[in-house]
Amino acid sequence: MAIIVDPARFLLECQTIQTPMAEKYNIMTPSRFPALPRAFITLICVGLLALAPAASQADTLQEANRLLKQGQLGPALEKADQALAAKPKDAQARFLKGLILTEMNRHNEAIAVFTRLTEDYPELPEPYNNLAVLYAQQRQFEKAKNALEMAIRTHPSYATAHENLGDIYARMASQAYDKALQIDSSNASAQSKLALIRDLMTVSARPATLASRSTTGKVQPPSSPPPTSKAEVVPVSKPEPIPVAKSEATPAVQPAEPKPAQTTEGKPEGSAKQEVEKAIRDWAAAWSGKNVKAYLAAYATDFKTPGGEPRNTWEAERTRRIDKPDPIQISIEKLQVSVEGDQATAKFRQYYKSGKYKSSATKTMLMTRQGGKWLILQEQVSN
Amino acid sequence: MRCRTRIRNLAAALCLGVAGSVFSALPEQTFSDSGPEPMLSQVFAYIEQNRLDAALGQTDKLLKSYPNFRLGHLIKGDILLARSRPLVTLGNAANAPDGKLDDLREEATARLKAYRVKPPTDYVPRYLLQMHPEQKYAVVVDTQKARLYLYRNVEGRPRFVADYYISHGKAGTDKVREGDKKTPIGVYHVTASLPRQKLTDFYGSGAFPISYPNEWDKRQGRNGHGIWLHGTPSDTFSRPPKASDGCVVLANQDLDALAKNLQVGTTPVIISNSIEWLSLDDWQAERTSLSRSIEEWRRDWESLDTDKYLNHYSKHFQAGNHTLEQWSAQKRHVNAGKQWIKVGAANISMFRNPGKDEMVVVTFDQDYRSSNLSNIMKKRQYWMKEDGAWKIIYEGGA
Repeated sequence: MAIIVDPARFLLECQTIQTPMAEKYNIMTPSRFPALPRAFITLICVGLLALAPAASQADTLQEANRLLKQGQLGPALEKADQALAAKPKDAQARFLKGLILTEMNRHNEAIAVFTRLTEDYPELPEPYNNLAVLYAQQRQFEKAKNALEMAIRTHPSYATAHENLGDIYARMASQAYDKALQIDSSNASAQSKLALIRDLMTVSARPATLASRSTTGKVQPPSSPPPTSKAEVVPVSKPEPIPVAKSEATPAVQPAEPKPAQTTEGKPEGSAKQEVEKAIRDWAAAWSGKNVKAYLAAYATDFKTPGGEPRNTWEAERTRRIDKPDPIQISIEKLQVSVEGDQATAKFRQYYKSGKYKSSATKTMLMTRQGGKWLILQEQVSN
Repeated sequence: MRCRTRIRNLAAALCLGVAGSVFSALPEQTFSDSGPEPMLSQVFAYIEQNRLDAALGQTDKLLKSYPNFRLGHLIKGDILLARSRPLVTLGNAANAPDGKLDDLREEATARLKAYRVKPPTDYVPRYLLQMHPEQKYAVVVDTQKARLYLYRNVEGRPRFVADYYISHGKAGTDKVREGDKKTPIGVYHVTASLPRQKLTDFYGSGAFPISYPNEWDKRQGRNGHGIWLHGTPSDTFSRPPKASDGCVVLANQDLDALAKNLQVGTTPVIISNSIEWLSLDDWQAERTSLSRSIEEWRRDWESLDTDKYLNHYSKHFQAGNHTLEQWSAQKRHVNAGKQWIKVGAANISMFRNPGKDEMVVVTFDQDYRSSNLSNIMKKRQYWMKEDGAWKIIYEGGA
């Protein structure tokens, strides 16, 4: 996997980074940055199986990827084009080509490739993210911001996009400060980092069974320590029944739980756990995507409504709230799932934002397996 | 985005409490809405309500109207930065040169205070005791508030027209020496108009030199020259409150608006540290008391009772090289040769000098006729209150 952190040298893969390089560029080494963002895994499992290429195609792409890692960009591009000649619409081949062009500094072509990917696969966040990285390099921060917001809209808990968006805002701020102070700090701001995603292609070879972690692939620049602030959440109005919460901000980098991927593979608990996690993320995606039907379908028919009100009253209220014009963003962190037979408990931190309203809360979902699906039986909110 | 909005501290950091002011009791609006303050104030209102999207939108609007408004860019930077990390204060730029952030913070405070604490309509600056009919407007500067107020002459009584943000000397006020980077405090008038074409870009859309050092300044040994009202460079909407070498600096659009009302050689420019405001009743009382003294001085001169006439002069009186003694001797000598004197005093203006001394600059057209000599001149006197009575401390041609 790879989260790329330095704009000048972004196409480095964490797993292949040698220590001296990692120190030189302050890139996370595997021990500090052990796992994929959870959202990304989900994306792969859910979104890309349909896009998985045929075997020979896969070989060509793997070869292209290998060449890219070795820095043999010309040959890598040839291989990618070869794969595209066979399958012009192949998402992974196009994504890889975009990466190669990016590394070749053919940014406009890379932008074109990623832009078309977003048009053909608007549900994939990675092309949006990489588009944003490229726009940011051209100091087109407004465009970069919009692209990241699209990525987040499709995948609200997509940590890398969130971190990158934070970075874009910081750069836009820096630009504004320069105007305020009549200085030029573009060199300084160029040192900050944006994470380019190059995982679209590597995942098909990876078993989609990594343990549940909510790591965000953020690398702090040497100058600024990780934020240790408290997040204050003060609602202006109460559009959602989420209590006002004060929470310790989550550090950008979570210590990893050393859970090797293979140990859970194929085990029933493991897969049940993943199913629950997927159900929770689908629920969040439906909510932030304002897909009322999918959102309500995530709740079991015998769901215990929070106020004990009749199901249809509750549904009407939820529909009214979700249908409001403001966009809704739901992010989920620290998802923990425990499964016992057909019952499961999912606990997570939920960040909600709609219009001017923001909140965060800890949610505990009681889940039940009905007809092969994990559905929400009860929803509890605490701080 | 996770929410980490500490930006509301911004407003608190600016200490914008306004309670207890004489102004706050009077709701009537007398400020000018032409500058960026209304939008700026709205931005801060949104920030206080934690509506950062609205604040950003309003800031963009502000910057569209005033693209070179550096404070606006600073606030925009803060609102953007608030999305990715908590803010500590107004102006969170990491690599700001020394002092620049404080400058912009001071500008924010000055602008917002001036917008939120408005001078009431039925109060007038104490200094504008009487404008003469040709003085269509008067300018009063409050350096502490970083504000210039323009008044129109309505039958001798000042009526508020507009107010503008201004910068003054880097080293403050009470100019004494050439090069001290201070702005003078006192009663002056516009002496010239320098068009943009004759100036470098630094002075913006024009400049209006004022009459520093005046008679009183010279008597106090103050020197220096070239105190102007002028504009800003083309890439700068406004400068920090304390930025100039002693000049009073306005945004170009404000200078242009002001320029229409300035009369060279006529328009008074009174610079104070902090304007004293009087109710119209108190203002009227002060004006009547001094007018009466001036009228007595005129009649006593006509009466040829030289002792009575000289009684209007302070023991500290000085005119040119004349002390009171020499002045008295000369007046006694001249008056002895007269059968009659007629003194006319018309177009009287009376402007109180800012500061703790009770001093008023009086200027008028003097029409002097006598049995053996007639003379018409513009006269200036400095009247000072001594032991409860108004006395002349300086007199000369103007």
